[in-house]
Amino acid sequence: MNLFLDGIAWILDPANWTGVGSIPERIGQHLLISAVVLVIASIIALPAGVAVGHSGRGKEPAVMVSGGLRALPTLGVLTLFALWLGIGLQAPVIALVILAIPPLLAGAYAGLESVDRRTIDAARAMGMREDQIIGKVELPLGMPIVVGGIRSATLQIIATATLAAYVADFGLGRYIFAGLKTRDYAEMLGGSILVIILALAIDGLFAITQRLVVPHGVRAARGSELRSGPSRSRAAMGRPITEGNQE
Amino acid sequence: MIEFRRVTKQFPDGTVAVENVDIVIPPRKTTVLVGSSGSGKTTLLRMINRMVDPSGGQVLIDGTDVATVDPVQLRRGIGYVMQNSGLLPHRTVIDNVATVPLLRGTAKRQAYDRALELMDTVGLDRSLADRYPSQLSGGQQQRVGVARGLAVDPNILLMDEPFGAVDPIVRAELQQELLRLQGELGKTVVFVTHDIDEAFLLGDQVVIMQRGGKISQAASPTEILARPADAFVADFVGADRGKRALHLTDVDGRRVVVDSDGRPAGVLAP
Repeated sequence: MNLFLDGIAWILDPANWTGVGSIPERIGQHLLISAVVLVIASIIALPAGVAVGHSGRGKEPAVMVSGGLRALPTLGVLTLFALWLGIGLQAPVIALVILAIPPLLAGAYAGLESVDRRTIDAARAMGMREDQIIGKVELPLGMPIVVGGIRSATLQIIATATLAAYVADFGLGRYIFAGLKTRDYAEMLGGSILVIILALAIDGLFAITQRLVVPHGVRAARGSELRSGPSRSRAAMGRPITEGNQE
Repeated sequence: MIEFRRVTKQFPDGTVAVENVDIVIPPRKTTVLVGSSGSGKTTLLRMINRMVDPSGGQVLIDGTDVATVDPVQLRRGIGYVMQNSGLLPHRTVIDNVATVPLLRGTAKRQAYDRALELMDTVGLDRSLADRYPSQLSGGQQQRVGVARGLAVDPNILLMDEPFGAVDPIVRAELQQELLRLQGELGKTVVFVTHDIDEAFLLGDQVVIMQRGGKISQAASPTEILARPADAFVADFVGADRGKRALHLTDVDGRRVVVDSDGRPAGVLAP
């Protein structure tokens, strides 16, 4: 407990809030690398997930890829890329992107898949093009689950971005590695607490966003049911239409 | 006029949903496709707007093979009403009704005005315009579905068991409503149901289908009752039993019509 108080005291020490490597600077770096990773991973995983969720094709490979990537130890991947690319930010960015792809991919395809097949069938029968079905029907209705995936990916990125300091002088992880080396456990613990607070704060923002993106008509129907808890388990509502389908 | 010429649909798994169907669906009349599940009636309906493409034969609308028309453009010109209304749950009633006109590029103001008129046409109060589908009863949702189907003033209205999921009282109400609408609008309606009573009530032409997607008989309800094509049709329409097998008895000089159980159905008008 003493150590914990030491950690808090370290955070509150005004000396740590100014100068080179100050807490605000490290938080800024931490958020920057997290944002860059999230953007890159989203550009790769979200369109792929949307395509899989919309067409229903390629789901098996998507599950396999995301499952396989999940099993990779991020520290190992980081070390591998660091040995290859050298010291700097490239290796941690790549390792973190690999970490972030599975939840983004899963959220995107589960979100689109969760939309009632009859609603999509009706939209198509009315004369919506496939891109209009995605943009006007599937994405708005599946958005809470898609955002759930982004939320889960972000949480993992922020927590794991500490590893960036392993091969670069960057982010809050610096305090943890520096503290470990110099046996300054107050600094190490202070750094960890900052990461936890940051992760929880961002997660809170996403929790609010996730509520806001539930479409109005759906909220009116389900009341509070959808508001609580992560919506990942809500995948696969509705029955597929079997009669008269093309495939 | 919609014409099916030797239309066959075999799905990739080998199931034959529709086999060698020839029918002519006359314009401005209601044609009801009726049959038990697995008779291919929905498949047949969905071939008209290319939601299903036939594996053999042709479907023609006014002489044009639908296979030569872009499916999206084709569908935007044909009204479609499905079971459980198929409304977009995240859009209000008025947005649902105006969906297709807006897709076709109609100005928003004009599309909304038209949507409100259509709500009147199908007997929905305008105060419901800003509600979401989930806030409506099943019958109201179905009316919105019909209004949406009529939104682009299509010549053809496809209805796939539209009243299948509502209770019998609302169902009867919606059937009467459809008869009234059809009397006013005179669309080419193609209606799918498994309920022979509904088929006889609504259809100018009734097409009876049996398992494997073959047509047993296509004729007016009167003709089907008078001359069922085969034993299957006779059995399906129940011509020999219950409330369809009526006969006359003489009660003190009045001729009373009774059903096969002896229950009175009415008196014969002089």
